[in-house]
Amino acid sequence: MLVATTLAIFIAMILAIIRGVAGPTLYDRILAVNMFSTKTVLLISLLGFVMGRPEFLDIAIVYALINFISVIAVLRYSDTNQFKHTPANKLSTEKEP
Amino acid sequence: MDIVINISSGLCLFTGSFLCISGGIGILRFPDFYTRMHAVGVTDTLGAGMILIGLMMHSTDFLVLAKLVIILLLTLLISPTTSHVLAKAALHNGLVPELTPDALDQTSLDLKKKGKTSSNP
Amino acid sequence: MNNIVLLTLLVVVAIAIIRMKDLFAVAMLSGIYGLLSASFFVVMDAVDVAFTEAAVGAGISTLLLLVVISMTGRSENSTRHKPLLALLIVAITGGLLIYGTLDMPYFGAADAPIHSHVAPRYINDSMQEIGIPNIVTSVLASYRAFDTFGEVVVIFTAGIGVLALLSVVRRPEDSDNIASINDSMHEQHLVIRIVTKMLIPFILLFALYVQFHGDYGPGGGFQAGVIFASAIILYVMLFGLNTARKVINQTFIQLIAATGVLLYGCVGIASLLNGGNFFDYNVLANDPIAGQHFGILLIEWGVGCTVASVMIIIFFSFAARREVQQKNENQHDKNQELL
Repeated sequence: MLVATTLAIFIAMILAIIRGVAGPTLYDRILAVNMFSTKTVLLISLLGFVMGRPEFLDIAIVYALINFISVIAVLRYSDTNQFKHTPANKLSTEKEP
Repeated sequence: MDIVINISSGLCLFTGSFLCISGGIGILRFPDFYTRMHAVGVTDTLGAGMILIGLMMHSTDFLVLAKLVIILLLTLLISPTTSHVLAKAALHNGLVPELTPDALDQTSLDLKKKGKTSSNP
Repeated sequence: MNNIVLLTLLVVVAIAIIRMKDLFAVAMLSGIYGLLSASFFVVMDAVDVAFTEAAVGAGISTLLLLVVISMTGRSENSTRHKPLLALLIVAITGGLLIYGTLDMPYFGAADAPIHSHVAPRYINDSMQEIGIPNIVTSVLASYRAFDTFGEVVVIFTAGIGVLALLSVVRRPEDSDNIASINDSMHEQHLVIRIVTKMLIPFILLFALYVQFHGDYGPGGGFQAGVIFASAIILYVMLFGLNTARKVINQTFIQLIAATGVLLYGCVGIASLLNGGNFFDYNVLANDPIAGQHFGILLIEWGVGCTVASVMIIIFFSFAARREVQQKNENQHDKNQELL
């Protein structure tokens, strides 16, 4: 049962990466990274139980915190003018006048 | 007693993995960013919670149980907050949700009323 | 089976990083790359390395990249020429390197030299000579303490380099301007500020737990320092650099960074003064095992102090530069509007 759950989490991670590589807007990619991190937390906990090494739970706690801090950083540093999402020119380098 | 623990833990793990996979399918098939965020935000938290509860029933040591409880509390606190933060950032930076034409006009009017045009820092 | 899937995902993500022009997405994808590498290490049963990779590769690197990208442009400049000569040289060098590895023993073979001489000695004798369960910490902190000293000095030098190049002289009239930005940010980010206030004490406490639990489980000075620094960075990001400078004085942090390296060096010199070799902990106390424990505790504390303070210094410098740039842009915009 644990092995089957691990495989299911693997599949969810692959689906998240597909969205992360192919997402049209930037926010799709950030969402994919967020989901990938949450699934990694679960994967590490499950692997710890499958392999009989409960020390992996420390790593899972660290991942959860790292995920949180990265998403907050994305919010905080996308407040500048450069990241305004305009449908016409998504990849412009110039700041809006 | 062992059978009860195994069956209930298996049930929790199965529910959790089903929710996680359906969240993964949702992030691929839904049409818009906000609907995808709805899929991920809901299923992530609940799926993670179910899987962690299922793992808790397997644990033998008190320290392992305590760490799993900590991970569960952290996930319950962090996951909804990151969804809120992402949606707020997307809305402030101008990503407009796909709506029917009447609802879209209303949303643009609301956004303009709050003064969130692109010239506002 | 796991290895093949994870390696394939790594290759896919790496190709996506190279091909994408949007630097913000590249930063996110490199975060995923760090997490994949850490999962790979977990699958290979190397827990300490996975810990460090998670904290540094997926955490601090992504943060620093995001700060820098918000200062420079968002999209990569397109190259104007095709670098065929460079590609040829790289391919030839790579081919030569691969040809050179054909002589080496297979990956994980039991009769390779590193598995027959050094590793069994550490595995067999570590418990008697040093007495802590985590062999990685005993190798890092006691058998190879000199190498770790070099690493700590390198980190300290990086901090000094960043300070020398990027420190900003702050004038008092900047504070009013920045305080008003801080207030307007307060209402926008109310939910996240309250959640962060609940989380930061837990993160700091967890960093201390990792620091002192490094003897018995995965952990140690490096990981603990990085986690501590990321808690402070979280505070800086949400409450503004000014408030954070009032909470944590920059001079104090620089002092802590130097003290960490000094503490590490002094342990070595204390061993010399007591009659042993440099970094020989057996002579630090009456009982060799107690001496080893004492020595490892002190140097891990030194490592943790230095790593945490250097990460905080680097982030403070980057954030100060960004604030100066933002202020200049706002001035520029205001002048444009007046014109």
